[in-house]
Amino acid sequence: MIMTLVFYGLAAIGLIFSFVKSKENTVLALKKAWKAFANVMPQFLGIILLIGVLLNILSAQQISQLIGADSGWVGVLIAAVIGSITLIPGFVAFPLAAALLENGAGTMQIGAFVSTLMMVGIVTMPMEFLYFGKKATILRNGMGFVFSILVAVVMGALL
Amino acid sequence: MMNKKSIEILKRYRFLSVMIVVTLIILAVKPALGMQIYGAALENILGMLGVLPPIFILIGLLDVWVKKETMVKYMGKDSGIVGILLGFFLGSAAAGPLYGAFPVAGVFLNKGSRLANVWIIVGAWASMKIPLLLFEVSSMGIKFTLIRFVMDVFGVLIIAFAMEKILTDEDERQIYELARKMNQ
Repeated sequence: MIMTLVFYGLAAIGLIFSFVKSKENTVLALKKAWKAFANVMPQFLGIILLIGVLLNILSAQQISQLIGADSGWVGVLIAAVIGSITLIPGFVAFPLAAALLENGAGTMQIGAFVSTLMMVGIVTMPMEFLYFGKKATILRNGMGFVFSILVAVVMGALL
Repeated sequence: MMNKKSIEILKRYRFLSVMIVVTLIILAVKPALGMQIYGAALENILGMLGVLPPIFILIGLLDVWVKKETMVKYMGKDSGIVGILLGFFLGSAAAGPLYGAFPVAGVFLNKGSRLANVWIIVGAWASMKIPLLLFEVSSMGIKFTLIRFVMDVFGVLIIAFAMEKILTDEDERQIYELARKMNQ
């Protein structure tokens, strides 16, 4: 994928520049990179397993049943909660959201779903805790959730 | 007696251990579902290999080459609008899932970046990624994308500064301490 190439390309260019300037610093940078990687890896692998469990229990049809155009406020809330829990990459989420819209999901509900999908990450919280602590993490995600509902309301009114 | 280090390690592996046990139970009770879960997990790990290693290499390089004073100057407490704009730029230029943003946030904090600016990076990373926007337009339409994007600019700002206001000095100190620990 293009993104991967860009990322690896940037890292390679950075490493080459760094190496030309100082071999020792480059080795140190790689050591620090490894250390930082190793620090989050266990939480990350746990999250990967959790996502695997969740995505295989919830199916696309079930989602679209819950958040149809007539589902109203309950649907918006359900959509927001599903968006908060699931962790789907954008390249998958947008086609999914478009497909759900075509299959009868409501605009407001999809707005809430897309917005919380981006701003709120329940399953990545264990990882966020490591860097921001519990209080800040819950606060950030909580505000993201409330804000997403607001986005949904505006979308419902304008679209 | 367990020393501090082994308690840390135990804590670090607790969540992963629980998830391994849970998935193994699922595998034992419903083998087909279990295999599906491990298949999905494997796919995710491969996807992760596409973004996380270079992110961590860039974090390592930043850690070594960017001086603390430089970070404080551009992203620190008194960086003002420059820090805010840089935060938006860095977050929206990034690619890859949100979990890539947290380690980046950690190294920025450790170098003395202001909290609000770091949350702007995280917020922009979560919701305003440029490469994804084009994709969003093509599947959700320009109106949907525009409403969400414009609102999210404000949302990211409001959340970042509200958090700074709400968190106490002690919370703030703890966050910097966590960031230091994660970048040891």
